[in-house]
Amino acid sequence: MSPASISYRRPSADRLLYRALAISAGAVAAILALILVYLTAASAGLLFADAGLWRLDWHPSLGAYGLLAMLVGSLAVSVLAVLFAVPPGLVLAVWGRFFAPPWLGGLYRGAMGLLASIPSVVYGFWGLVALVPWLNRWAPPGASLLAGALVLALMILPILVLQADLALDEARRRHLAAAMALGASVSGTVRRVLLPTAAPQLLPAVLLQLGRALGETMAVLMVAGNVVQLPEAITTPIRTLTANIALEMAYASGAHQTALFASGWLLLVLVTLIMLGARAMAGRFAAGPAGGGKGDAH
Amino acid sequence: MQFLSRNLFFVVTLVAALFATGCARESGEHLVVTGSSTIAPLATVLAERFEATHPGVKIDVQAGGSARGVADVRQGLANIGMVSRALKADEGDLLADTIARDGIAIIVHRDNPVAALTREQIIAIYTGQVRDWKAVGGADAPITVVNKAEGRSTLELFLSHFKLEAPAIRADVVIGDNQQGIKTVAGNPQAIGYVSIGTAEYEASRGTPIRLLPLGGVEASTAAVAAGRFPLSRPLNLVHRSELSGIARDFIAFARSAEVNDLVTGQYFVPPAVR
Repeated sequence: MSPASISYRRPSADRLLYRALAISAGAVAAILALILVYLTAASAGLLFADAGLWRLDWHPSLGAYGLLAMLVGSLAVSVLAVLFAVPPGLVLAVWGRFFAPPWLGGLYRGAMGLLASIPSVVYGFWGLVALVPWLNRWAPPGASLLAGALVLALMILPILVLQADLALDEARRRHLAAAMALGASVSGTVRRVLLPTAAPQLLPAVLLQLGRALGETMAVLMVAGNVVQLPEAITTPIRTLTANIALEMAYASGAHQTALFASGWLLLVLVTLIMLGARAMAGRFAAGPAGGGKGDAH
Repeated sequence: MQFLSRNLFFVVTLVAALFATGCARESGEHLVVTGSSTIAPLATVLAERFEATHPGVKIDVQAGGSARGVADVRQGLANIGMVSRALKADEGDLLADTIARDGIAIIVHRDNPVAALTREQIIAIYTGQVRDWKAVGGADAPITVVNKAEGRSTLELFLSHFKLEAPAIRADVVIGDNQQGIKTVAGNPQAIGYVSIGTAEYEASRGTPIRLLPLGGVEASTAAVAAGRFPLSRPLNLVHRSELSGIARDFIAFARSAEVNDLVTGQYFVPPAVR
């Protein structure tokens, strides 16, 4: 459909706006595509050769560029962070919307917005000087998968709460009155009606935060220990792909640098897959009957 | 239309001005400095300050390792080479001027009762043969080994001094910069790490709970490094052939002068004692 067909007086102005928007949108898409092309080209030397990228040992000085341990580290710390953050996030959102006095709930949402705007390096610094020494007392060396996941969980919690709150609020406006009219209790309504209704928005929100956790660099670098190894226990130090790039990029050259570009490529592909998964999941929920019926299919 | 022409005039003027300055730069003198990636950041800030006081001079600093610095100077590809070690016997055709010294200190938490470690003990700790402080005269607690990330010059110097290979090290925490290392050791009474001596000395003097361990009977201090007494240190040299252009000679003299001490310490290096 041409945008001009719905214009009223000045089709040329509409057409101009349409073009400007198309160019902006195209530019963003092109930049993303160019980043992928550039990363692929920069890491092609190792990516498409049998250079041992999928092995465990990372010893750049000896020409061993295995990224597998760091891939596992990235995934482990992010998934664990989401597992830590989702239950309290949901509880806080439900409490703030349905059980707290309205003024307290509003205050709480304001505080969450404030927490979300704290730079990640501040969380990392807190983790380094407070959390890691504390963990060290019962599980040396303290800097570990657990520390990384806790700091990440704290970082993604505020936005998770806010997103869950929005989804629940929408579900509430649509269904609370009906549920109350049927004589359901508030807790029953939240559990059986509102949470299932909000699920199509909640799951993509969780996946978005997983993507954010995967991409986080400084906070994890400061607390996760950065030892290249598979996490044998939750208290094992690990290194993530992002931390690997940040730690070594400034001093890398040649194949070492190519391997770091390959770390970036792997990360970009991983995050892209997760985002696509989030979209697909949101689409499936919206279309399917499980998500609360027609009301969501718009 | 008037708006457009005024803008056009502005752009033309700007381009002309840029072009003119570009030409002035091209016609001035050009120095190429290549070599050690340890020295390159220092050489870059030195070059910036030198260029600011010498209009028309352009200094191009490229990192690529000490070996490249030596090779480039010999082949005439660079005017000055950066070499982060003393010259070897077969490099007698070159002259070296030390612009700074790089030293690293072994640090532990201030409350750690261990007063000193021998070379063998440090090697045993870093290779994972000793995993408890008790074995080296300390408390009954596991050792947290703090190592540097690959590519750092501090790691390189540490490894070469103790004749270790990178994969032999069994680290519990890998850190990026010196500050992270100091924070890690300050927050963990069982930790041992190594950082640039300048940073460690400064932090310890400010009350950060870390302690610098002596090495081979020499206390770890910037003074000992400057005097060349501290074993875990190395000279950072600018090397060149005996004949030098005027501007290259000026730059080396500038790099060795006391007026750049702030730049040297800013990169966590130690200015040489005798200027």
